[in-house]
Amino acid sequence: MVATVSDLTPREQESEVLLKVENVELRFGGVRALHDVGFEIRKGQIFSIIGPNGAGKSSMLNCINGFYHPTSGTLTYKGQPRKHMRPYVTASQGIARTFQNIALFKGMSTLDNIMTGRHLKTKASLLENAFWFGRARREELEHRRFCEEIIDFLNLQHVRKTPVGTLPYGLQKRVELGRALAAEPELLLLDEPMAGMNLEEKQDMARFILDVNDEYGTTICLIEHDIGVVMDLSDRIVVLDHGEKIGEGTPREVSNDPKVIEAYLGVQEQESA
Amino acid sequence: MIYRESGQFKKTYQADQAILPLRQDRIFLILVLLVAFLVIPFTASNYVMNSLLLPFLIYSLAAIGLNILVGYCGQISLGTGGFMAVGAFAAWNLAIRTDLPMPVIFVLAGLITSGAGVLFGLPALRIKGFYLAVTTLAAQFFLVWLLQRPWFNNYSASGVISAPDFHMFGWSIETVTDRYYLSLIILVVMALLAKNLVRSATGRKWMAIRDMDVAAEIIGIRPMPTKLKAFAVSSFFIGIAGVLWAFLYLGQLEADAFNIYTSFDVLFMVIIGGLGSILGCFLGAAFVVLVPIFLNIIPSALGLPLSTAMISYIEVFIFGSLIIFFLIVEPHGMARLWSIAKQKLRLWPFPY
Amino acid sequence: MMFFLEVLIGGLLAGVMYALVALGFVLIFKASGIFNFAQAAMVLFAAMFMGGMHNDWGLPYWLAIPITLVIMIGVAWVIERVVLRPMVNQEPIILFMSTIGIFFALIGFAEIFWGSRSRTLDVGIPSDPIFLGDMLLQSYDLITAAIVAALVVGLVFFSQKTRMGRVLRAVADDHQAAQSVGIKLSTVWVVVWSIAGLVAVVAGIVWGGALGVQPVMVDVAFKALPVLLLGGLTSIPGAIVAGLIIGAGEALAEVYLGPIIGGGIDSWFAYIIAMAFMVWRPEGLFGEKIIERI
Repeated sequence: MVATVSDLTPREQESEVLLKVENVELRFGGVRALHDVGFEIRKGQIFSIIGPNGAGKSSMLNCINGFYHPTSGTLTYKGQPRKHMRPYVTASQGIARTFQNIALFKGMSTLDNIMTGRHLKTKASLLENAFWFGRARREELEHRRFCEEIIDFLNLQHVRKTPVGTLPYGLQKRVELGRALAAEPELLLLDEPMAGMNLEEKQDMARFILDVNDEYGTTICLIEHDIGVVMDLSDRIVVLDHGEKIGEGTPREVSNDPKVIEAYLGVQEQESA
Repeated sequence: MIYRESGQFKKTYQADQAILPLRQDRIFLILVLLVAFLVIPFTASNYVMNSLLLPFLIYSLAAIGLNILVGYCGQISLGTGGFMAVGAFAAWNLAIRTDLPMPVIFVLAGLITSGAGVLFGLPALRIKGFYLAVTTLAAQFFLVWLLQRPWFNNYSASGVISAPDFHMFGWSIETVTDRYYLSLIILVVMALLAKNLVRSATGRKWMAIRDMDVAAEIIGIRPMPTKLKAFAVSSFFIGIAGVLWAFLYLGQLEADAFNIYTSFDVLFMVIIGGLGSILGCFLGAAFVVLVPIFLNIIPSALGLPLSTAMISYIEVFIFGSLIIFFLIVEPHGMARLWSIAKQKLRLWPFPY
Repeated sequence: MMFFLEVLIGGLLAGVMYALVALGFVLIFKASGIFNFAQAAMVLFAAMFMGGMHNDWGLPYWLAIPITLVIMIGVAWVIERVVLRPMVNQEPIILFMSTIGIFFALIGFAEIFWGSRSRTLDVGIPSDPIFLGDMLLQSYDLITAAIVAALVVGLVFFSQKTRMGRVLRAVADDHQAAQSVGIKLSTVWVVVWSIAGLVAVVAGIVWGGALGVQPVMVDVAFKALPVLLLGGLTSIPGAIVAGLIIGAGEALAEVYLGPIIGGGIDSWFAYIIAMAFMVWRPEGLFGEKIIERI
């Protein structure tokens, strides 16, 4: 079921491969979380990973951003194969992410959280910061301007100085997206960005994702349970089940794939058998 | 009516990022500084300056140091006393063994303490929370023991040595007023530096590590240098506080004077004043300095004078209970109570 | 050689006492995940009440000790009510700092009540020299070791064979799961802190008998902290083994290393052993591995 190049739209064929995942295997002791998974994410795509609970979607994301190290197999990012990497290294190479269970800095304000996302773009030294001098002063202003753009983009103006711990869930998810965007990532990993949201919030979030992809040209890799949203947003989908890849293709192809339908609606298969 | 922000619009990000964006706050700070520099030295008695104001100023500095580590970076330390001792002994040994000018000696003593802080902060890279608390206790006990070795007090017979007379920029520090001014100037400058650090990118990195270190790593913050920087900066402040404590307040050095209970006192100031607040350090230090005095005055005023011993017992009990109280009710301490008061004042007298 | 053995055994017996204090920590940490800094203060608190009631009020020990036990249960109840209950779901580090508050509140309270003068606490454990071959031992130390062994056996029996013991183990495993099968956490915590109080009473008797009851006793108990880390926070055998290692290591170091680098190294030696070990194995000798999750 590995996709051939002819499955891709002309625009995608032109763009280069940003991340290539080959034969990735991940084990925790005796438990096999991922087995022989492989796919390609191309520049500018919205790429989705779907699958039932426990299929290994989050594990896959954790491998991509260096939180887990695959037991075997390779990840090739921007043409560079890599095996063991700490998360802060992958971050410095342009991979940002959000989490299924929000991982914000709860004691800090919305603005500070997003400013923290600019971390990799700051160069001022400790002493410059202490004396509020030179690069420290200049950078603080530049980053503030950039972050205010993100705040405007995500409509967070009214909670700019509120500690994020006190914000409602939907807004926290948005702040987390803002923090990831502040790093100007090339590859943005979103782990269930719409979990627990109501319809309206989901629509907002979907619009943000499309806008990010459109305006900044950011490549997006998405995990989401809401199949409707995934079908609407994605250029390409890979389906995991029990740690193995069972399908890949455009939304249309995937939704017609009998193996995928079987994984999602296992009951049907029993009835027909 | 007085404390109002209406009409003060910030037109630039610069203005919004100022340390005190509100005009009233700026005026208030200037008034406090004017009183501290121009009124107190001419009105306060020697007793007040020596036994209240000097410890208050120096404790505030130590509390700022500890708060950077505990309140901003989330790494607990019970070794404050030991690090103050390192600063004090480093300065003393530099003063008697070299001809360096005093300001240089102060900075060097701070840097040496930073080194010690980083050394004992290294375990923080592998261990967290209360594990770290115990390793900083190791620093406390080990450093005090080490500084009792004869080389460090130049083979003095009693182990107690007196601080040298010294001068800075042609100003010789003799009277209690001189000592007050020197402590005040150092405190004001260093508090400003600390405030700048915690509102800058460095401070945000520390807070990110404090709030969620795994997430911090994923946005590119390297935990190791970030934590070690917090240890270094924190110890620098604490080291300078140690120098001032020995040179300006006690006038003598003894490693035992910086025992584990010094560490606890500074931790109390930070918790009671407010974790993660520079203002809180001043409030906490003032509180810890003033409580024994109130315990002395109030019962005698009520006709129930307490013995000195009883006062110290009650003090221990009160501090213990207050720690629990503040951690439960208001983890941001007195600084938070202050800002709530300001919020109320903003609307007063028409709260609706 | 004889001298070495004597030092070693003396150290091991001192280690038994460290282990006794560390045991109280482990019990509370296992059941509630709280690093109870106040355990040492509980030992002093119990010792001061026993010593005070006997010396100042003239109560016999067979009365003073049970009364102190009741007081410790009261303390456990107050701590649960005043500190633990409002602090549910707080971060461990905040809970840790609050136990520092408990530490001082307990000491302050005991001092307000009894003052800080030194008292004896002699419940009648005989202290005679015993010769084992050529080796000189103190009967006091041996009896102490036996008491500690009995206490540990009792605790193990309690946790394996009684209903309450099973409940405690369930809570230690998973708070939420335990709650969902109808276990009331507040009761469990009062029980656990009471048992820690019982351990503190025993430690108070043993320590107080050896050194007298006075506030500096609490400094000696600071040594139980590295014992705890070395043993692993969750392991009772760990606390015992680490107590023995540190007691012996410290005694040998003071005798053999002290003359070279200067005396008084026992104030920090235990910490250095524990730290060095933890850099290699952060979870301690028998502790559960710390797994990071996100």
